[in-house]
Amino acid sequence: MTAHVLADTSVLVGRSMRHITRSMDTIITVTITPIAMMLMFVYVLGGAIQAGAGRYVDYLLPGILLITIASGIAYTAVRLFNDMTSGIFERFHSMPIARSSVLWAHVLTSLVSNGLSVAIVVLVALVMGFRSPAGLLAWLAVAGILALVTLALTWLAVLAALAAKTAEGATAFSYPLIFLPFISSAFVPTDTMPGPVRAFAENQPVTSIVNTIRALLAGEPVSGDIWIALAWCVGILAVAYVLSMVAYRRRIAS
Amino acid sequence: MTTIADPPPAIHVKDLEKSYKDLQVLRGVDFDVAPGAIFALLGSNGAGKTTIVRILSTLLRADAGTATVNGFDLSTRPTDVRESISLTGQFAAVDEILTGRENLVLVARLRHLPNPGAVADDLLARFNLTDAAARRVSGYSGGMRRRLDIAMSLIGSPRVVFLDEPTTGLDPQARNDMWQIVRDLADDGTTVLLTTQYLEEAEKLADRIAILHEGRIIANGTLAEIKQLVPPVEVTYVEKQASLEDVFLAIVGTNTTKEQS
Repeated sequence: MTAHVLADTSVLVGRSMRHITRSMDTIITVTITPIAMMLMFVYVLGGAIQAGAGRYVDYLLPGILLITIASGIAYTAVRLFNDMTSGIFERFHSMPIARSSVLWAHVLTSLVSNGLSVAIVVLVALVMGFRSPAGLLAWLAVAGILALVTLALTWLAVLAALAAKTAEGATAFSYPLIFLPFISSAFVPTDTMPGPVRAFAENQPVTSIVNTIRALLAGEPVSGDIWIALAWCVGILAVAYVLSMVAYRRRIAS
Repeated sequence: MTTIADPPPAIHVKDLEKSYKDLQVLRGVDFDVAPGAIFALLGSNGAGKTTIVRILSTLLRADAGTATVNGFDLSTRPTDVRESISLTGQFAAVDEILTGRENLVLVARLRHLPNPGAVADDLLARFNLTDAAARRVSGYSGGMRRRLDIAMSLIGSPRVVFLDEPTTGLDPQARNDMWQIVRDLADDGTTVLLTTQYLEEAEKLADRIAILHEGRIIANGTLAEIKQLVPPVEVTYVEKQASLEDVFLAIVGTNTTKEQS
């Protein structure tokens, strides 16, 4: 049976990718909010924000990309939740296919669709004047970190979908994630914030991730932030994955 | 009762028990189904019919008892069981966003069949869905959905087919179509276990009928044997329904295979 895991997973990824290409409005919904925020911060608020010497769009883009991913994974949760409640999950489970491929197909689809959304937002940023001196290696590192963030948050979405009773409940977890970049170094430097807020901002995952991506895109050497960022991502990924597996087993074995 | 000594039973269930927390749903269920037979599990809502089907199709684990499907033990060889069966649940398990043909190709590929496209086209023709093949399922009528659902279940020619309340919510024409599909399956040698809460359905279709009540099989036999247990009042009621149905079918036309979306 395990010989079929890859084949089954790719068939199921093909299926859920069709869901995405047939409702491109979800991609638009996912990208429109971050793009609107980017426009507002750059052209309305940006003039008054002191965030260093460079272009503000360069400063702001990493945080906007994280917001894009945070709103994208809400749809991953919805797709998984709909599958579980529609009976198609039971059909798959009563068929001789690797059960793990059913979940992994959603996870891989989430990676692809979020990659697509992130690419669209980067294109819009380029139109708005975003420029980066980063070389290929730095861009690959940025892509790798964003993929890791997506993977970690996707398993969080899987957990939410498995635990949820309603589709609204399955997406509710993403709201705080979308809000988290605002209390970080994503939009303004943290040293302007009052003590307790600053302490929170500097010690939550978004700041280290944003700082790392910002340094990579600026062609600057990355600080120790990259290790903190990676530790956060791997930690969230591990916890969310284990809890998801527990929830999944409970759900299919009851 | 009938002896089924020669061929081993397609489904064998012994002392099956299942509880959800404090609620005991199955309290020791026994029955056998001979290969190629149509076996109807009759019971009211909440009697435990769906629980039995979910256990036999490996979606649920029994608390106690043994069961084999197509000769494979459920607890030790679930993968072989899944190779042998198909499940059609109470609600159509179809992908709304895909087209009818894509749904069939999807299942054919997951069953690792050599020519998924040809399998799909063949089933589309057989289930009268060729015209709707390229349309998304979200635009299908209830009857079309149900036919697609069954068609998906038959991919790979499973030896044992579970149908959980296959006609609940269908109009009379779609229901008659479904009955014909079940008869065709049995004619081809497939074993069919169906659950129903309609006496008439069991009467028209099944070779054997078992009545499930409060977690136990309280009667198991042929139609003639079972009929003696049913109070006559209930029989009259059923016949009245049937006559209204006759009128309905006469007015709307009895061409049961034609389907409009």
